[in-house]
Amino acid sequence: MRIGVFICHCGENIGRTVDCPSVAKACANFSGVVHAEDYKYMCSDPGQNLIKQAIKEKNLDAVVVGSCSPHMHEKTFRKACSDAGINPYLVEMANLREHCSWIHDDVPLATKKAIDLVRMLVEKVKFNEPLIPIRVPVTKRALVIGGGISGIQASLDIANAGYEVVLVEKEPSIGGHMSQLSETFPTLDCSQCILTPRMVEVYQHPRIKLMSYSEVENVEGFIGNFSVTIRKKARSVKDELCTGCGLCVQKCPIKKVALSDFDEGLATRPAMYVPFPQAVPNIPVIDRSVCTYFKTGKCQLCKKVCGREAIDFEQQDQFIKEDVGAIIVATGYKLYTIDKKPDDNPIKGYGEYGYGKYKNVINGLQFERIASASGPSSGEMIRPSDKTVPKKIVFIQCVGSRDESKGFSYCSKICCMYTAKHAMLYKHKVHDGEAYVFYMDIRAGGKNYDEFVRRAIEEDGVKYIRGRVSKIFEENGKLIVKGEDTIAGVRVEIDADMVVLATAMTAQSDSSKLAQTLSVSYDKYGFINEAHPKLKPVETSTGGIFIAGACNAPRDIPDSVSMASAAAAKALVLFGSDVLEREPVVAKVNEATCAGCFYCQKVCAYNAVEQKEIKDRQGNVIKVVAYVNSGLCQGCGTCNATCPSKSIELLGFKDDQIYAQINSFAEVF
Amino acid sequence: MNFGYYPGCSLSGTAKEFNLSLKEVLKNLDTDLQEINDWCCCGASSAHSASHLLAIALPARNLMLAKEQGMTEVVAPCAACFNRLKVSQHELKTDEHIRIKTEELLETKYSDGLEVLNLISLFQKIGLDKIKSHNKIDISHLNVACYYGCLLLRPYDILKFDDPEKPTLMEEVVKATGAKPVDWNFKVECCGAAHSIAHTEIVENLSMKILDDAVHHKADVIVVACPMCHSNLDMRQKNIIKHNPGRMEIPILYLSQLIGLSMGLNHKKLGLDLHFIDTAPLIASLIEKEVAV
Repeated sequence: MRIGVFICHCGENIGRTVDCPSVAKACANFSGVVHAEDYKYMCSDPGQNLIKQAIKEKNLDAVVVGSCSPHMHEKTFRKACSDAGINPYLVEMANLREHCSWIHDDVPLATKKAIDLVRMLVEKVKFNEPLIPIRVPVTKRALVIGGGISGIQASLDIANAGYEVVLVEKEPSIGGHMSQLSETFPTLDCSQCILTPRMVEVYQHPRIKLMSYSEVENVEGFIGNFSVTIRKKARSVKDELCTGCGLCVQKCPIKKVALSDFDEGLATRPAMYVPFPQAVPNIPVIDRSVCTYFKTGKCQLCKKVCGREAIDFEQQDQFIKEDVGAIIVATGYKLYTIDKKPDDNPIKGYGEYGYGKYKNVINGLQFERIASASGPSSGEMIRPSDKTVPKKIVFIQCVGSRDESKGFSYCSKICCMYTAKHAMLYKHKVHDGEAYVFYMDIRAGGKNYDEFVRRAIEEDGVKYIRGRVSKIFEENGKLIVKGEDTIAGVRVEIDADMVVLATAMTAQSDSSKLAQTLSVSYDKYGFINEAHPKLKPVETSTGGIFIAGACNAPRDIPDSVSMASAAAAKALVLFGSDVLEREPVVAKVNEATCAGCFYCQKVCAYNAVEQKEIKDRQGNVIKVVAYVNSGLCQGCGTCNATCPSKSIELLGFKDDQIYAQINSFAEVF
Repeated sequence: MNFGYYPGCSLSGTAKEFNLSLKEVLKNLDTDLQEINDWCCCGASSAHSASHLLAIALPARNLMLAKEQGMTEVVAPCAACFNRLKVSQHELKTDEHIRIKTEELLETKYSDGLEVLNLISLFQKIGLDKIKSHNKIDISHLNVACYYGCLLLRPYDILKFDDPEKPTLMEEVVKATGAKPVDWNFKVECCGAAHSIAHTEIVENLSMKILDDAVHHKADVIVVACPMCHSNLDMRQKNIIKHNPGRMEIPILYLSQLIGLSMGLNHKKLGLDLHFIDTAPLIASLIEKEVAV
């Protein structure tokens, strides 16, 4: 083998601590090395040309570059060598910067270490084999899970770019939490007015297949090639026949049985219902748990009035298979519950605020419904207990957020803004009312955000008190709010008519289950993790699965929309080519020695190991061995380390390569 | 039934009636208390402000004695004793360093596994049905405010007893006596505790709010399970009324005294004559009721 060694000074980064010319000189003497030189910036164009030139002139067939981390420039050098005719997997990098010059200051010792590092890679590269990138076909079709603003945005972007989208929403209508909001910060424009056109666009889009009242049941396959099973829950209404006339909803005799989820429990709805007037699709659902027919076998009034014969009491859940190439998870959030104490831990929750004992202590979404023109009071600012106008209202921020002992350590990010908005909306409707806000800090980072909070304080006269509330209790029809003002250093007691708790944004209760179905990682709160906090914010640990919106972390509407468009762009990048090239650094099974113990299958985090039958010529199964699906394998090497018979090797990091590296280092001592 | 017994200092001094009533009630429930032989101070609130080791070692000594004397469950009726014993157990279990130092100091090996009960958990253990079956007097007209204070409940992570913000276990025991627990706001509010001596005005102010809220919610009596709470609410009450006129007296009973009343036990034996706030009107109301029945 004819190996070339190239030592980079990285300006002064390496050159200051490592004597690069000496390293190059020492490396020239290693067996197999036919060329060695150093240069100030090997990654620069002239530097790359040096490598290309040497490959041609000296007829090199392998290259070792001593420079920075492979994370930085492995691609650069592989490309340069490949241009000069060497298989890119015959290029190795010795990390002389992060692993040597940056962490040492003794020049002779660092130089010696640099020589060792290069020698190890020289020995390794002798065992390298040319590898060819894995090519997999791409199904140019996306699945979007969750029909809130994030899911809607991602679906529209992908569909408008010319690809098909399957949008799955578990509720009867798309729209998500945004459809419940009254006005939005920092512009105070009506939430539904800006949202509903998008919802309609989704419904009418020829390339979007909307599956409402449906949930993702199972996901198989890998990037570019997912096979998804979707449970279409029984609506008891045939959606292809229903025209959305609403007669069945009007005639349903079970008027006020269930609390409306859409109105956050502040109003009731019939057994047959559409969650809200602008629902998309405008197809009703029968709530079988309260419907008279399902309880007693009598009634069927809805069926009698339906001219289209769309009512189907016998309807069952259907399972539908869809093939897609990319998945965008946009399942959103839920609010931390104040209704009851959590069963698993009595100290969690806010007993001192009443656990939903006091009707006039509500959460932020309930306030949105009260303030909304489409809400139970048609936007009139009245409190739940007696429908009177509250003259004094207290908002408490950080209920559950930034409170490790009772809730979560994270900041829910949106509460400072929506509380300012709530206080403003209140003051705009109740001119003689008093609004107080208890806060820890005001976090109003964002375009026009701080100005918005200042407006609430300065123009609308909302009184901000820095401090926590220790207790709320009812006395003579008033809610006594006891807290402290830490700036004035005094205790505060306010006799309020209504209290609004800015409760924490939390992950959906089934988010960890979904994450497991998708084989993506999630944090201890159930939020789905991004692949890299800075550079891969919409990717997940699994290729082809992207995230958007509050399923990843607390997030407001502008951020969710941006993230959704970014996730859509990532899916479109995937759809940009017919086949997908992947790094060939994957595990490979030696079928001759594999004993079929399948320990590898148990330890694989990516479900990449399958069982494969080996048959003789007559078609009889001789044995069952492990088989690594190279589309799914992420090259982590866990199976390689686990295999008791050494029958799995990780290409690019085979045992003989690693041992050659170690042996060459051991020789020194 | 048989329990180990750690009376602590209060029950032989300011809270004598707590001791009397508890023993009287347990006798009636065929339950024996075996006092820990040679018990010492639990350290109360003083030890842990002086020395952490002392605050752990004093209760540890009592726990070790109980173990040596063959006990598996020890009743500490005083909330402060209960708290200190539990904290000591927790520290010895979770902090090896302090355990070794304690063992050196006491020249004894510590072993875990003793269950420490407070007044409420004792009655829960004996059984609410058993208490119900011993009811002789109808006290269903009595509205009772259950006052927990702080030491029975906090810190939750160590005591693991009841919800520190919305406790309900004492109400369950009160229901078993036939009396009616009221829903009120201040059952875990601070009474002022040890400020009683140095800053009496703080205690009067805080305790007044507790008394007022109980009265406001139509309570006839406040029931406690802590000698400190009792002394603040009972002993300071006359002065509270003197300094803040227009208030009615409200008797403060130990939970054991209320159970004793429902059992029809002798009032003197329950120590009902040992309070600052006269319990005679309350007892009279029971007699009237009994006559009416």
